[in-house]
Amino acid sequence: MAKVPVQFTLNGEEKAEFVDSGATLLKVVRDKLGDTSPKSGCNQGTCGACSVLVDGELRLSCLTLAETCEGAHIVTTGGLAKDGVLHPLQRAFMDEFAAQCGFCTPGMIMAAKALLDRTPDPSRDEVVEALSGNICRCTGYEPIIRAVLTAARANSQNAA
Amino acid sequence: MPLALKTYSTVAEAGSALKAADARYLGGGTLVVRAANEGDLSFSTYVRSTDPLLSAIMVEAGVVTVGAGVTMAAVARHPELTAIASAAKAVGGPAVRNMATVGGNLFAAAPYGDFAVALLALDATVHTTAGYLGIDEFLAGRDSSDAVVASVSFAVPAAGKFRFLKAARIKPKGVSIVSIAAVIETDAGGKVTSARIALGCMADRPIRAKGAEKALIGAMLTEDGVAKAVAAVGEGTSPITDAIASAWYRSEVLPVHFRRLLLA
Amino acid sequence: MKLAKSYFADQRKDDLKELGQGLQRSDVPGHVTGKTSYFADRHFPGMLYLKMVRSPHDHARIRKIDTSEAEKHPGVARVITHKDVPHNVYTILILIQVGPEDEQVLAEDKVRWKGEAVVAVLADSQRAAEEAAAKVKIDYEVLPAVLDIEEALKPGAPLVNEYHGQNYYMYDSGASRKVRFGDVEKGFAEADHILEQTYFSSPIEQAPTETTGCIVTPDGNDRFTCYTNTQAMFFTLDNTSIILQMPGHKLHMVGGTVGGGFGGKVDVTVEPIAILAAKLTGRPVSFIYSRHEEMQISSPRAAEKIVLKDGVMNDGRIVARQVWGYTDAGAYSRHSPYGAQKGAAHYPGPYTIPNVWVDTWCVYTNRTPSSAMRGFGVTIADFALEVQMDKLARLIGMDPLEFRFINAYRDGDMKAHRQETTGAALIECMQEASRLADWPVAEKYLQMSSYKGS
Repeated sequence: MAKVPVQFTLNGEEKAEFVDSGATLLKVVRDKLGDTSPKSGCNQGTCGACSVLVDGELRLSCLTLAETCEGAHIVTTGGLAKDGVLHPLQRAFMDEFAAQCGFCTPGMIMAAKALLDRTPDPSRDEVVEALSGNICRCTGYEPIIRAVLTAARANSQNAA
Repeated sequence: MPLALKTYSTVAEAGSALKAADARYLGGGTLVVRAANEGDLSFSTYVRSTDPLLSAIMVEAGVVTVGAGVTMAAVARHPELTAIASAAKAVGGPAVRNMATVGGNLFAAAPYGDFAVALLALDATVHTTAGYLGIDEFLAGRDSSDAVVASVSFAVPAAGKFRFLKAARIKPKGVSIVSIAAVIETDAGGKVTSARIALGCMADRPIRAKGAEKALIGAMLTEDGVAKAVAAVGEGTSPITDAIASAWYRSEVLPVHFRRLLLA
Repeated sequence: MKLAKSYFADQRKDDLKELGQGLQRSDVPGHVTGKTSYFADRHFPGMLYLKMVRSPHDHARIRKIDTSEAEKHPGVARVITHKDVPHNVYTILILIQVGPEDEQVLAEDKVRWKGEAVVAVLADSQRAAEEAAAKVKIDYEVLPAVLDIEEALKPGAPLVNEYHGQNYYMYDSGASRKVRFGDVEKGFAEADHILEQTYFSSPIEQAPTETTGCIVTPDGNDRFTCYTNTQAMFFTLDNTSIILQMPGHKLHMVGGTVGGGFGGKVDVTVEPIAILAAKLTGRPVSFIYSRHEEMQISSPRAAEKIVLKDGVMNDGRIVARQVWGYTDAGAYSRHSPYGAQKGAAHYPGPYTIPNVWVDTWCVYTNRTPSSAMRGFGVTIADFALEVQMDKLARLIGMDPLEFRFINAYRDGDMKAHRQETTGAALIECMQEASRLADWPVAEKYLQMSSYKGS
């Protein structure tokens, strides 16, 4: 099996690995780099549990080949808390009861972050649209939508 | 054979590499990586190209050329493509739109490929490593094509001329029950002078609704005026059956959605 | 949220401290940081990937299984067939003496549903396992299939499962689970109206976001650690022990947070074969369902057919209820004999009816084995019962909610399966629902209580 070198940053840390050619970013991040926050729910781009940010854009890591991320900056939910301080989205998901089994949560948070990074004060419809590629089977979507709106409000209060 | 990725700097080189029997072109990955993940053993080499032309959008004299590697998200946010943004936004959720490409959509089997439905209505020209093809011809022969699509070009429709509708069970993101794209020109009196109508999910790939196109010529876009076209829209279709809808259901609702699109 | 403390106020101490208060889930910090550990969040050097070769037929006899080409495929460590499984015929509920054992872990002589496991292939990578699986040759003789309950029960229908000998489960009470209470024929004779309706439901897939799976490591000493997302740890441990003929202390089952189950992870489908694979190869083994397998292979909620016949009086009293319930178990029992039995006890619903007659059947077909899902055995029954209640109310021109007040069970009422009702609160729930939904009912219903002593 051909191994190929790949370098990128994961949550700000430089990574250099030899990976199997054709390996997905999901597999490399989980199995090689040990960040298991992106989840494999469908491996077909349908559930959104593997969502990560690649150079600030929301991507499905199960359908992205690691080799195509050379030089990229990759962000996962596992790297969101800084020095033990939770990101406002993480805090809001906790406060709004927006997780039950937790399996979809890291992907949901990434999709929400992709939205808030560009649209800090989104409408409810924009939140629904932003989460539309992520499936939750436990809590339903309302607490998750509320959490994203709560986080946006928290952000704007901090900025003010 | 283990999987491997081969990257080429030009589309032409990628085109040569794609002649190999075990090769498949990798665009955004939403079709091809998915296939590999699901155990498709018919290929073992991903071929891709980093040619900058693939990600370019060029507008010249009212004609746009969109690189095959341009994503749905890039089409949707391009200031000169607002007339067709609705079709790009109809594809997938945000992450899929950040990955799925114009070129890939041309190969998407129903129920996917909503943007290709739009391209069919727009009478696009497909530029491949094997030459230029009209989109009707391209779609008909796509299964046996081993060429790389470099770009598609089409005349940017005037505001209001391009109509697009996607019916899904889940909003805002859902797989199509049916998608319909139409470019309709009318004269000063409101009579239809030309119509190009494309349907998604009404066959294994986007198809034209030629009966409806013909019936629309000279008609007014009123309830009575569109009746003949609505009655003819299902002619020659062979809808797919999947977990979302049966062929029967798709046939039943097609005229309803088509009427709504025309009268909108 | 409002906490209504006026109900049953005299029956309890008003010392509730947690109810009505917001409380953070204990596991949510792990969820939002991605630190919660699921079974698949681990990777071991030398791990093998298991790919299951499955039946493409609803019903077929296996003439021959040829794994020779698959065994030679690069990266393949082992190919496993029924011959390798120490105790190949099992049934989950044998643990509580609900037999017979009716299902082969890996099919030997016959497949009974499209997707049944036949051969397990283990290789260094998922890709190599898939390629080798494609090289397994199985010679099938396709048999006529039975794909619905009614066909299965017709005389002369193809026999689905030889371990049962007929296309339904044989209870100690006979071909069906039975409830007999009062005299249902007398009740019908007295009734002002009789309404008989038939209700159908389709199988429903639980579709958890995390698919079914496990990862097994050999610990040495012939002991194995199995990281699993089962919802039924002890069913899994004990059935694995039986299937592999290994004492339980050799099996270290490790559960944890499950990425959604909804009943879909109650059957014992991946752990025995993955542990066997780890034993035969001496290497860690990963056996995780693909999304396709989760949707098509994991057992769904059963399809059901329910016939309800009710005798009702013009004053709103239901005087007789007869029920024929049919649960489509698919090809094997799994938990369905229990589900069908649960339905029998449930069928009168939360209503007091003096004459009840229930027969529930657990029927075998060549469909995907069905099993647990959120209240299985009673959920579809409730759908049918409540639709029937609305129809009965309409039949006698009565408000559907008032109709339910008249028939609601209350403390002290004898239920059809001979359990006396205690702690009922249906009346109070309906009173509250009437107010919240702004669906007024006559004052006399608002004065009712489930508690007859008050």
